[in-house]
Amino acid sequence: MISDQFPALIIVFPLIIAFWINIVGWWWKKPCFYMSVSALTVSFISSIGILNTVITNGTIHYRLGGWEPPWGIEYVVDHLNAFLLVIVSFIGLLVGIYSKRDIEKEMPQKIPQFYSVYTLLVMGLLGMTITGDAFNLYVLLEIVSLASYALIAMGEDGAPLASFNYVIMGTIGACFYLLGVGYLYIVTGSLNMADLSELLPKLYHSKAVLVAFAFFLIGIGIKMAFFPLHVWLPDAYTHAPSSVSAFVAGTMTKVGAYVLMRVLFTIFRPYFSIELIPATTVLGWTAVAAMMYGCVLAIAQHDLKRMLCYILIAEVGYIVLGISMANRMGLTGAILHIMNDALMMACLFSVAGAIMYKFGNRDITNFRQQQLNKKMPFTMAAFTITALSVVGIPPTCGFFSKWYLIIGAIDARQWVFAIALILSSLLSAVVFFKVIEKIYFKPREPVHPHNEVTHEEVVMDEAPMSMLIPMYIMVGGILILGILSGQIISTVIQFAVPASF
Amino acid sequence: MIEYIIAKYNYWIYIVLMMIGFYAMIGKTNLVKKLLGMNVFQWAIILFYVSTGSKKGGATIPIVMGAHGHYEPAQAIQFLNPLPHCLMLTAIVVGVSTTGVALALVIMIYRRYHTLEEDEILELLETSRK
Amino acid sequence: MITLLEDIIVKTVCRILVPLMQLFGLYVIAHGHGSPGGGFQGGCILAASFILLLVAFDLAEAKKRLSEKLNNFLNSFGVFIYAWTGWMCLLLGGNFLDYGKLSKILPVDSVKARYFGVFSIEVGVGITVMAVMVSLFIDLITGGKHEEESEK
Repeated sequence: MISDQFPALIIVFPLIIAFWINIVGWWWKKPCFYMSVSALTVSFISSIGILNTVITNGTIHYRLGGWEPPWGIEYVVDHLNAFLLVIVSFIGLLVGIYSKRDIEKEMPQKIPQFYSVYTLLVMGLLGMTITGDAFNLYVLLEIVSLASYALIAMGEDGAPLASFNYVIMGTIGACFYLLGVGYLYIVTGSLNMADLSELLPKLYHSKAVLVAFAFFLIGIGIKMAFFPLHVWLPDAYTHAPSSVSAFVAGTMTKVGAYVLMRVLFTIFRPYFSIELIPATTVLGWTAVAAMMYGCVLAIAQHDLKRMLCYILIAEVGYIVLGISMANRMGLTGAILHIMNDALMMACLFSVAGAIMYKFGNRDITNFRQQQLNKKMPFTMAAFTITALSVVGIPPTCGFFSKWYLIIGAIDARQWVFAIALILSSLLSAVVFFKVIEKIYFKPREPVHPHNEVTHEEVVMDEAPMSMLIPMYIMVGGILILGILSGQIISTVIQFAVPASF
Repeated sequence: MIEYIIAKYNYWIYIVLMMIGFYAMIGKTNLVKKLLGMNVFQWAIILFYVSTGSKKGGATIPIVMGAHGHYEPAQAIQFLNPLPHCLMLTAIVVGVSTTGVALALVIMIYRRYHTLEEDEILELLETSRK
Repeated sequence: MITLLEDIIVKTVCRILVPLMQLFGLYVIAHGHGSPGGGFQGGCILAASFILLLVAFDLAEAKKRLSEKLNNFLNSFGVFIYAWTGWMCLLLGGNFLDYGKLSKILPVDSVKARYFGVFSIEVGVGITVMAVMVSLFIDLITGGKHEEESEK
């Protein structure tokens, strides 16, 4: 049955197509885009098939090579995984379609290389989500990191230096993760996540396990750009090409948060992460600092993309805050926020890319002169709806995830977290309304009774359709998924939260 | 205390190597020195892993000598653990690829700025932005 | 960049050594599953033979032996061998990379089929690693400007 093999198909198909693009691109540049989009479509359909199977049948265990775990590598798909697979492949497909005109303008001689590495990046992220083996996750983490180093370095002026700093910090993060896996292997002899969660409880008193946990947290924190380990993110995502920023901002940090959830709740049982050592308390307070830091620094930026990078740091803070509250409502809010934040960030960075495509600069102070509300009305409408979602205004999806996070904070009797959530929503409102005011409102002109102010005809110079349609699908997703939040929670997220909460 | 250091001397050596690499990554401003530090850091981790596969009591490499055509079960306790070696093969490949990508980036940076010191590059970026 | 070295000793030793290195590299790939060796190690030795050719002679000489187009093709060809083996196992009814199912098309039993499966994977890995190492070296020494170098 082909549907039994979806967990393998979702990884293998983009892998083969990425290398085909490498060969075909030597002769013809045109097919590269279509091959890449077809591979990502197959992945998207497979991920929907996997989600369907998981909802009807329960957890999927796919054994690579037919070997039994713990001797073989196993792909385990439960509700949390399947949910994230659909999100990552959906955004990969949409940004792939979006990237056509953008890449033709920014780097026309590197089209086959771009699509080949982009398909590999999407494959790596899908693999990180689907695997059930700790060392396999390290391998796929490095595939993702290498592909993103190469893609980010293809950007504008400051990109190679930003990518080099990202190389140094990203390698430290991945090596710390490897050290953590190594310590657990020395102590237990197994690398399979389910097997580790059975063998570890007898060893919770040992120092090696404690150090392994610390290494995991720091390594994943660097990859996830969690404050104070976020330093590589603003430079790298600002100078990257527009499509690359749109994709990685929407997905890489979220998959990092997923890996954090796996480490905290699957490999180490919730008893260890919450009561034995107060890891969730430390994470919670650091997340509050991340939210405040991100929102406050976003107010000070001129460059639109840099402002969005700091908002992204704050959003990662929200997700980790939800994880650290360690009750059912908080985790529901965190998982829902993963989905919402992926869509919101991808849409916002796509808007910044469209502005860059048309005008060549992204300085906020120029927005009023450029008369963006007349020249690009659809793009600005998409920006406004997404901005309202980031602030958290119903019926967009951002409101529902923040609602669950605040209820989770009140359930856990952490009043400071609830106040911090509300305060950061207000700060992000300041950030976005500053931009919206520059787009839509003009200062009142002094009245000249003598001469008429001549209004020139401003022609609408909208972004091309292949860039607008993905943006609008994302905006539609933000609105529709907001209204359907209740159904999503009752079908998928309710089972994705670990059972002991 | 001395026994504690001497008994686990391999771990101490690898920790010292790791810290040297880590310091070079963070404390030096030349990009190539940072890259060398990253290499030393990664190789120290690989050596650490491989050393955990060895056993006391004269464990030898996992090859059965002179057993072509005979099938007798081997005692696992005589041979050292080959699984860390296989895992570290992947890690070595990853290290080589990362070094390759980072060197390509260094060449791009040098061609653009004609210097490899990070503070000079940041100054050039600041002046070009104004 | 890399210029022609006019030393007779280096050139003669290189001429003798390169075929022996390649033979040894192939040996290491083939014996990977049973003794120390395997795809990555053998691929590195094969790549080292080409790099020795490059260091002893000119870049143009090495390009006559392994042109850039062939190198780019071999990059992906090894991955295709790997994926094709896994895909055959998928089509024959098992999971991905379940080599036991290869016994349906090869005239061996299920246990020996696993040996052949791993062997084909190692060959694929060796080819890709060789091509990638050589292209890494050439890219770094020419600074990315192959086309200008090969015209000189």
